[in-house]
Amino acid sequence: MKAGSNLEKVLTSGHFAVTGELGPPRGASVEAVEKKAGYLKGMVDSINVTDNQTSVVRMSSVAVCKLLVDMGLEPNLQMVCRDRNRIAMQSDLLGAYALGIRNVLCLSGDHNKFGDHPQSKNVFDVDSVQLISIVKKLRDEGKMLSGQECEGVPRFFIGAAANPFGDPFEFRVTRLAKKIDAGVDFIQTQCIYNMEKFRKYMHIAHEEGLTEKCYIMAGITPLKSVGMARYMAKFVPGLDVPDYYIERLKGVEKRKQAEEGIKIAVEQIQEIREMPGVAGIHLMAIEWEHKVPEIMEAAGLLPRPKVD
Amino acid sequence: MRLDYPPNVRIVNVPCTGRVDMLHLLKAIENGADGVYVAGCHEGECHFQNGNLKAKRRVAAVKEILKEVGLEPERVEMFHVAASDGPGFAAAAREMTERIRRLGPSPVRGAAEEDPLWEGGGAEAMST
Amino acid sequence: MVVAERKPIEEILAMVADFKKVLLVGCKGCVTVCCAGGTKEVGILASALRIARKKAGNPLEVVEHTLERQCDPEYVDQLAPMIKENGFDAVLSMACSVGPQFIAKKYPIQVFPMLNTTFIGGALEHGVWAEFCQSCGNCIIHNFGGLCPIARCSKSLMNGPCGGSANKQCEVSPEIDCIWHLIYDRMVELGKVEKLRTVFPIKDWSTSRDGGPRKIVREDLKL
Repeated sequence: MKAGSNLEKVLTSGHFAVTGELGPPRGASVEAVEKKAGYLKGMVDSINVTDNQTSVVRMSSVAVCKLLVDMGLEPNLQMVCRDRNRIAMQSDLLGAYALGIRNVLCLSGDHNKFGDHPQSKNVFDVDSVQLISIVKKLRDEGKMLSGQECEGVPRFFIGAAANPFGDPFEFRVTRLAKKIDAGVDFIQTQCIYNMEKFRKYMHIAHEEGLTEKCYIMAGITPLKSVGMARYMAKFVPGLDVPDYYIERLKGVEKRKQAEEGIKIAVEQIQEIREMPGVAGIHLMAIEWEHKVPEIMEAAGLLPRPKVD
Repeated sequence: MRLDYPPNVRIVNVPCTGRVDMLHLLKAIENGADGVYVAGCHEGECHFQNGNLKAKRRVAAVKEILKEVGLEPERVEMFHVAASDGPGFAAAAREMTERIRRLGPSPVRGAAEEDPLWEGGGAEAMST
Repeated sequence: MVVAERKPIEEILAMVADFKKVLLVGCKGCVTVCCAGGTKEVGILASALRIARKKAGNPLEVVEHTLERQCDPEYVDQLAPMIKENGFDAVLSMACSVGPQFIAKKYPIQVFPMLNTTFIGGALEHGVWAEFCQSCGNCIIHNFGGLCPIARCSKSLMNGPCGGSANKQCEVSPEIDCIWHLIYDRMVELGKVEKLRTVFPIKDWSTSRDGGPRKIVREDLKL
């Protein structure tokens, strides 16, 4: 065991793992965190806590992770390179570990131009691949980037993201390999809708032996409506929503679209479970946390395994 | 052709409207012209390939500056009139003079009331 | 070169609102090449300011002058007689922001920047300039097919492209090329794409502005 987190235990014991996602509130409300977390309790093996996603100011991901720890849930701390330099990153990592946080997901971060403070100065001192190497050095060498020995070593289970649908496609698996070289233990992918392209990506990754070197969890985001599907297709860079899903949602009446969206997600999960090299799913029910139990039930992924 | 055009238009000859500089237009306004317009060839018919298109962009840039300093951008304009088109030239002169009359004297000249000779706009035309 | 663009005239008019006579100084260096602050642009700005102030019934005398360069003391020194004798209320510099600072250092008179110094770049075509360098002080572009990910990737990624790269465009704007896509294409073209397989190490930014304001001293050139 590298970190001994629940997520690591579930993955290493060979179970099909499921992670959820929780977006912190735009404010200081603990109740808002507890409400969302309540829907995820017992439903997933670990909960990603986003780090000011889409560059919108939200409650600190470290603080929300700590609230989850206090609720008996396992958090997965997302950390982006946009807002912190290497000093702040290492400091927050040490603090997060001290608070009982055991998983960390290393991300570049959405550009600040998209958020609610487009006037801000960004940092990008290191990139996501380099951040992985920082977390690994802290864990495996017990040293900071400076070479300074840590008084108390933070042992994280290290994650990163991958987008099989970004361009250039031919380089996407190579970038995954770079993240593995840097020291990543698990990967959560961008939301998958184009199953054919994902299958191709996984096939190459599997052929290159990468699925032996890290756990790959497929990103699933249920579509709430045809409007959401169109928005994702049109406005989210690097997302690939095939027309047939849009057509399918369009084919059902409006009040039944959510139900159809969940049906699609469940079908995707079942298809993904059969793909070689996929170790689990990362279920991002964006502002739809209360539907997670229903999706998990329908996908036959309950109850979650208890591994010691 | 002995066509009439308003007498308050002063013509500045240039070899091609491509020679017209933003400064020519601005200096005219600065020195009290109520309006300036450039009469160039029709698009696609410049003897020097695209002089008239360059002039058109410069006129647009001067309009922007006039807006920025609080002057009506309509005080400068680009017209496309063939070199052989006398009636077209006279029509442009009349149109510009009418426009300037509507806008009134240039506030840059200062006291228009001290200018009893103002009778509806002195315009400078730059023409090929 | 240093690429700059003129400030909005409204902003400049506010700067000079209380003045009657100013010296507007252009620069024949980079800002002449990028058509922001050369003799021509000095003339246009001076004319625009005069028009605005005449219209307001509060004329502004604008004396125009353009120096060889404003980033060398020997040229800035040439302003001495003009400033001494003409009773200017202020100097308006149309150079990159080095110019007004050099003038301010030399003369006890208020100096105002007329340009926004924008980036180190080059012309893509007539009238179009783009950023190419962020002066990080330790050039690494040979690792990326000669293209700079520090200046030209919105996130300065050294191990890109990020997940937002689509159709060779950056997620920040379709106007921005995804430099990482171009780096990839270039490395394929050069037959060196396997070099991108290695994790590029964390950069030392101490040579950049992050190490404090920088200075170069060349003893061999001192007089």
